[in-house]
Amino acid sequence: MRKLVIPVLMLCFSINAQTPSAKDIIEKVDKNMSADSRVFTSKMVIHNPRNTRTVESKSWSMGEKKSYTEYLSPPREQGTKMLKLEDQLWIFSPSTDRIIQISGHMLRQSVMGSDLSYEDMMEDPHLLNHYTGKINGEEKIADRNCWIITLTANTPDVAYQTQKVWVDKDRFIPLKKELYAKSGVLLKRMELSDVLQIQGRWFPKKILFKDVLKEGDGTEFQIMEIEFNTKIPEYIFSKASLKK
Amino acid sequence: MIRFLLKGILRDKQRSLLPVVIVIIGVMLTVFLYCWLRGILNDSIELNARFNAGHVKIMTASYAKNVDQLPNDLAITGVDTLLIKLKREFPEMKWGERIHFGGLIDVPDSRGETRAQGPAAGFGIDLLSGDRSEIERFNLEKSLRRGRLPVHSGEILMSEEFSVKLKVNPGDTVTLIGSTMNGSMALYNYTVSGTIVFGTGPMDQGSVIVDLDDVRNALDMNNAAGEIVGYLADNYYDEEKVAHVVTKFNSLFPASNDEYAPVIVTLRQQNSLGKMIDQIKAVGAFAVFIFVLSMSLVLWNAGLLGGLRRYSEFGIRLAIGEDYSHIYKTMIYESVLIGLIGSLIGTSAGLLGSLYLEHHGLDLSNMMKNATILMPAIFHTRITSTAYFIGFIPGLLSTVIGTMLSGIGIYKRKTAQLFKELET
Repeated sequence: MRKLVIPVLMLCFSINAQTPSAKDIIEKVDKNMSADSRVFTSKMVIHNPRNTRTVESKSWSMGEKKSYTEYLSPPREQGTKMLKLEDQLWIFSPSTDRIIQISGHMLRQSVMGSDLSYEDMMEDPHLLNHYTGKINGEEKIADRNCWIITLTANTPDVAYQTQKVWVDKDRFIPLKKELYAKSGVLLKRMELSDVLQIQGRWFPKKILFKDVLKEGDGTEFQIMEIEFNTKIPEYIFSKASLKK
Repeated sequence: MIRFLLKGILRDKQRSLLPVVIVIIGVMLTVFLYCWLRGILNDSIELNARFNAGHVKIMTASYAKNVDQLPNDLAITGVDTLLIKLKREFPEMKWGERIHFGGLIDVPDSRGETRAQGPAAGFGIDLLSGDRSEIERFNLEKSLRRGRLPVHSGEILMSEEFSVKLKVNPGDTVTLIGSTMNGSMALYNYTVSGTIVFGTGPMDQGSVIVDLDDVRNALDMNNAAGEIVGYLADNYYDEEKVAHVVTKFNSLFPASNDEYAPVIVTLRQQNSLGKMIDQIKAVGAFAVFIFVLSMSLVLWNAGLLGGLRRYSEFGIRLAIGEDYSHIYKTMIYESVLIGLIGSLIGTSAGLLGSLYLEHHGLDLSNMMKNATILMPAIFHTRITSTAYFIGFIPGLLSTVIGTMLSGIGIYKRKTAQLFKELET
């Protein structure tokens, strides 16, 4: 009898070890995707119904609250800067030499006509701080085994009430996301790819955003260079830096 | 006999004054009401055509479906080529490119921070090319309240009401916050060159007018336009001529599945204008019919009263041997003369009043302040050929018919009882 009990217990523990809780998975995803600070250059390839445009930018972010982006190209957008502090956003337009503040629902508007909103572009939220997860199944995405996790917001200030996330079982990286409004309407789809190991963490360098309420073939968001947990001078996150 | 009757009418005021005055008033009111209703219809059509609908409008198929949202991402591209073709194929039309846009007008303080902000409805029209067609269509020179029209790139006209609300004066800088054709946020500085009063409620509340190329720069719409409006050469909306233009356009640009293919719509097909035109016409015709009918009854009654008032006179005339039919005939001739005099004076008075309002208009802007549809605030009458007979014919006929009916009574008078009647 004792000979039987030990293997059964071992089997149970091994099953538990293979299927971590949703919270554990999200924590590991956060460790990969979020950081105390990030500096990255990116390229947005926006596939509108009538044309395709490419917008390049450099972004600095610190935690969840502070973010700063400067647009590098095309010439029309070059020099445009955006500063987001908490839930307020300031945009500097070099052609007008004006700083315009936007807030509220305007933050959910499209950035540069892309499928990303200002919040998508400039926020780096720790999922665990805002959502409660539940594993809903498993599925293969791009030949990789994934858990399907449904995240439900537990704070009111999130852009998407519900998220359905396909998390790579080995690398703890989301490979696909569906973002839903409070009403249950699907708002956006994301496909994450080109996953590389950077500074000891897995990170997708390419994300295809598709705003399902918008025409076009979506927006490819490509990370060109990225640095995590680097020191960013505090003055970057001030309105004064917008006009520099 | 006519001279004799005319002398009678002119000399015996008791006999003629009241019927003539009634005919004059009735005919004058009929003519004026008709001209007033035609004027409202004409002003509404003209206003919508000038500011918005054109006599025809060309848009992309998708833009046409969502025209209320001003979807400049669905605007016509390659406008220069299209315009060359339109000018070649339709020499009888005048064409103008336009961009309607929405956005915010942001007014900075001395530090560049937002001091005031308000939602604006913008018109991008040709102001600086030297072609004055659009300036005239928008009646900008006469509408100017302060400052001047734009003469340089980067200048903007604001409605007077909007400028007062934002405390902006000519010479101040304002920033347009809008959306480019690609959906990016557009920020563009303009200098206010002047303020205007359109004279129509919705447009006076928050409109701005900018040169077309300036809007193109601001909204990243190079060689694009939301709409191309077309006007018949004589600037008068003629449904037959417009139908011909539409048929020819559709043969040149056959319907396709391309959502960006150009499509043409007529003034009638836009903003429920066709329904409005038909309704105004129907209501106008009904109102004029009721008015003419009631005036005819009044004039008829006046004819009857005239006949009854002269009961004794006819008795004496019969008693001294005048023939029944002769009296009846002279009564009718008299009524024809009264009808003619009244109708002529009434029609002339109605036309003169209408002519005055056709040129000067009646300013009802105070009553139109909260109007949300594009209606003129200054109403003009419109004199058409119908106005010359719309009051004249009923004025004449009803007087004569009234007299004819009342005159039948003469034949019922018995000569044997005449003296008895006259004694009482």
